[in-house]
Amino acid sequence: MSQYAIHAEGLIKRFGKTTALDGVSLSVPTGSVLGLLGPNGAGKTTTVRALATLIQPDGGQAYVGGYDVVREPQKVRALIGLTGQYAAVDEEMTGQENLLLIGRLLDMSRPAARHRARELLERFELTDAAGRAVKTYSGGMRRRLDLAASLVGRPRVLYLDEPTTGLDPHNQGEVWSMVRGLVADGVTVLLTTQYMDEADRLASEIVVIDHGRVIADGTPDELKTAVGGQILEARAADTTQTEQVAAIMSGLVGATPAREGDGTLLTVPVSDPAMLPALVRRLDEAHIVTSELALRRPSLGEVFLALTGHGTDDGGNDKERSAA
Amino acid sequence: MTATTEIDTTTPESIVDTGRRNTAVPSMIRHSLTLAWRTIIRIRYNPEQLIDVTLQPIIFILLFVFVFGGAISSNWHDYLPFLLPGIMAQTVVFATMNTGVNLNTDITKGVFDRFRSLPIARSAPLIGAVLGDVVRYIVTMVVILAFGMALGFRIHTSPFAAAAACLLVLLFALSFCWVTVFIGLLARTPGSVQGLGILFMFPLTFGSNVFSQTSTMPGWLQAWVKVNPITQLVDSVRGLLIGGPVAAPVWHTVAWAAGFVLVFASLAIRAYRRRA
Repeated sequence: MSQYAIHAEGLIKRFGKTTALDGVSLSVPTGSVLGLLGPNGAGKTTTVRALATLIQPDGGQAYVGGYDVVREPQKVRALIGLTGQYAAVDEEMTGQENLLLIGRLLDMSRPAARHRARELLERFELTDAAGRAVKTYSGGMRRRLDLAASLVGRPRVLYLDEPTTGLDPHNQGEVWSMVRGLVADGVTVLLTTQYMDEADRLASEIVVIDHGRVIADGTPDELKTAVGGQILEARAADTTQTEQVAAIMSGLVGATPAREGDGTLLTVPVSDPAMLPALVRRLDEAHIVTSELALRRPSLGEVFLALTGHGTDDGGNDKERSAA
Repeated sequence: MTATTEIDTTTPESIVDTGRRNTAVPSMIRHSLTLAWRTIIRIRYNPEQLIDVTLQPIIFILLFVFVFGGAISSNWHDYLPFLLPGIMAQTVVFATMNTGVNLNTDITKGVFDRFRSLPIARSAPLIGAVLGDVVRYIVTMVVILAFGMALGFRIHTSPFAAAAACLLVLLFALSFCWVTVFIGLLARTPGSVQGLGILFMFPLTFGSNVFSQTSTMPGWLQAWVKVNPITQLVDSVRGLLIGGPVAAPVWHTVAWAAGFVLVFASLAIRAYRRRA
């Protein structure tokens, strides 16, 4: 077995005339988290489905735990756990029955399946709701049960397809700490996400895909460095002067600054750190006082924008996220 | 079944320490039965799933016996023994829709993806869905016979013949429901399964001898009614419950049932493998 828990080379998948995967290659070292980052329709879910043996790729190879996903799918299935974008649990059964069902399908004895179900319900704080039909659960509870269901067989490789989409910050934090706990136990995780902060927090390696192709990969730090330079940001103390600040910044840098948040925070990528003192001087000459003025490394969102030329569909910041 | 070749005997280390079961029962059958258990326990939280096999046949019996019975036959007393076997056939045919709808719901909700990501035979979820509905068919036969008897229906043959009638209806339902399994795998939403299913079932159940004698119909319709598998089933059940020739219709019914399984189970399994 190789040092990679997941290894894919040149995966191709076509649906009719559309090419969903156009040669995706990625490797996930055993016991690490790979963040698969990309906008809607980039091919994230298709990649996961191919690696989880749910669809057969039209080209390329993929190995999970050293087993070929096309030729030895049952061996791959014995190693993996899968949590999709929506909670794939049975609403007409109780939480406990859902977990029992999976345990029994994994050939556990009745007592062993019951024990495992109890263990997981406790871990995901669902013990009180264990005997209730899942249709009475809240969205966050369903998602936790779905995660629990993917863990019944103690998978060595876990696929999390946008595990926090639509979750509130509290549940999102719980999912994150659960992922960290699993990784501490040696589980390999492939996580897809549209959220930069999520990939930044959890993943040791990131693969960025767009239109079914890998457009960048590396550690979060490497990606930020590869895009080059830094971000110069400024906000006028008197927000009526925002336009003047924008004009000064674009005159200095030679690029129109982007507006973030409520539109008064101006950001522009720069390659020369001396731009910061230069901006300070120009603002001073114009008698403009700023409430924020900084030179910082780009966020993954900005990296993504630089790589693809377009943002992710619902961006990286929380304001847009809760509206999505 | 081809899927059995996929069953793998290696034991994942992760499962060993939680106690893997060792039995002589092939895992494909065991997993299918586990999934059938799931279909059955779901009824508890969704008892309205049984309306189509309990209230609906009762309404049909009341409607046809008391509203149309006198017009179709000379009086409703004579019509009841004729109608009841027909209602049994019609109800189970409509009841098979449930299998396709449930399957499609599982697919659209992602539950099927979870099953497909487990190391179980690919055909187990389909077989489990089909077997799980056996309970519904048994419920409906008991309800129809009991309600019919309350209205004065009597079995004129033997308990053995009556049991054979019920078994035949069950066999037909289990084979016919592969049609709805196939539709369930092709359709985009559970609602469209229902729509497509009705399109298929109306000409089968109403274009038959369920409600009236074939001889009263125009020639072109008789041609259809005579080849209709429902007619064969209804003739068999009438013969087995109230007397009459049974050999030919039973043989035809069994042949139709085998045909449905052969054609639609293989179509369904192929559609299932293709549906990604």
